[in-house]
Amino acid sequence: MSSLHRLEEFELDVLKEVGNIGSGNAATALSTLLDKPVDMAVPKVSVVPFEEVAERVGGAEELVMAVFLRVEGEAPGNLFYIMHPVAAKRLLGRLAAMEVEEDLEYSEMELSALSEIGNILAGSYLSSLADLTGLGLSPSVPAVALDMAGAVLSYGLMQYGEMGDAALLIETKFLDAGEQLDGQFFLIPDPDSFAILFQALGVRES
Amino acid sequence: MIQQNVVKVGMADLNVATRGECIRTSGLGSCVGLTLYDPDRKVAGMAHVMLPDSAIAREETFNRAKYADTALPLLIEELEKAGAKIGRLLAKMAGGSQMFASLGKSDSLRIGPRNVESCMQMLDRYGIPLIGEDTGGSHGRTIELDSETGILYVRSVQQGTKEL
Repeated sequence: MSSLHRLEEFELDVLKEVGNIGSGNAATALSTLLDKPVDMAVPKVSVVPFEEVAERVGGAEELVMAVFLRVEGEAPGNLFYIMHPVAAKRLLGRLAAMEVEEDLEYSEMELSALSEIGNILAGSYLSSLADLTGLGLSPSVPAVALDMAGAVLSYGLMQYGEMGDAALLIETKFLDAGEQLDGQFFLIPDPDSFAILFQALGVRES
Repeated sequence: MIQQNVVKVGMADLNVATRGECIRTSGLGSCVGLTLYDPDRKVAGMAHVMLPDSAIAREETFNRAKYADTALPLLIEELEKAGAKIGRLLAKMAGGSQMFASLGKSDSLRIGPRNVESCMQMLDRYGIPLIGEDTGGSHGRTIELDSETGILYVRSVQQGTKEL
């Protein structure tokens, strides 16, 4: 994956800032919805071998609740919001004022509410990114899955498959020590989107 | 009881297990776990195939285990080194889901079924019989092949463990 390994240190920093602004906005949206503060860790930007991607959320077999959206527009990519299944239940309990039991059974209604929450968070992530870059970016209809982390995340790596054995992840953790509503955002820009992002941000000549 | 050794196969990776070892790959979504077994020599091989066809590779030198059309010949080579004979090999496979089936049916989203089709065509070309299959659907799978018995265990979150 020649183009990925050629990314310079400052370019990775630029992508980190992209993650920071996007997820900062999403954290604000979540905090408004919850009416309580949501903390966010400093985003990590790294080129991760396929093998290790699922390790970022606890291993290939770890059960996760995932909301997936395809980023469409001028700099396409994949966006995941990944939660621990119990954290997802707590989020529903708090946000949608649903009576929830902390087990692994999800009703259609609960899944639909989760995908709407994912939609709101992803929408605020992307709209801040679009404002920053001046690029047209919009989220697809969200899809949810409660399944093994490896099976879910590998779906977002296919665009990289034909270029190498690693993908670039922009990763942000939401933290909420009190009630453990923690979640993780993964933005995985398509390999061809970097040049477009860098150009839009004025850090690379066209 | 003697702890069985487990050989791990990563994404876009392949490996061989012998002498009663198990061979395993975790979290298959649209990827396909393609396994071959020589019951006479008790040699088991597994590939975690990610994409259907190496013709789309944009890299100069690519990982042969990643594509269905290149993974099968490589797996056969590795099994032959471990004493297997191609004429005795039996295939089983699992995976090839559409994890987010609700998103639609565009070609890139159908990657799971395309992986399955491509693996079948390759097996056909090499004349290796497919004797067990658990593919499709919209759920993840973890699979483990026992080189002693040739049984393939397929585990999923909703359906528990099946034997093939």
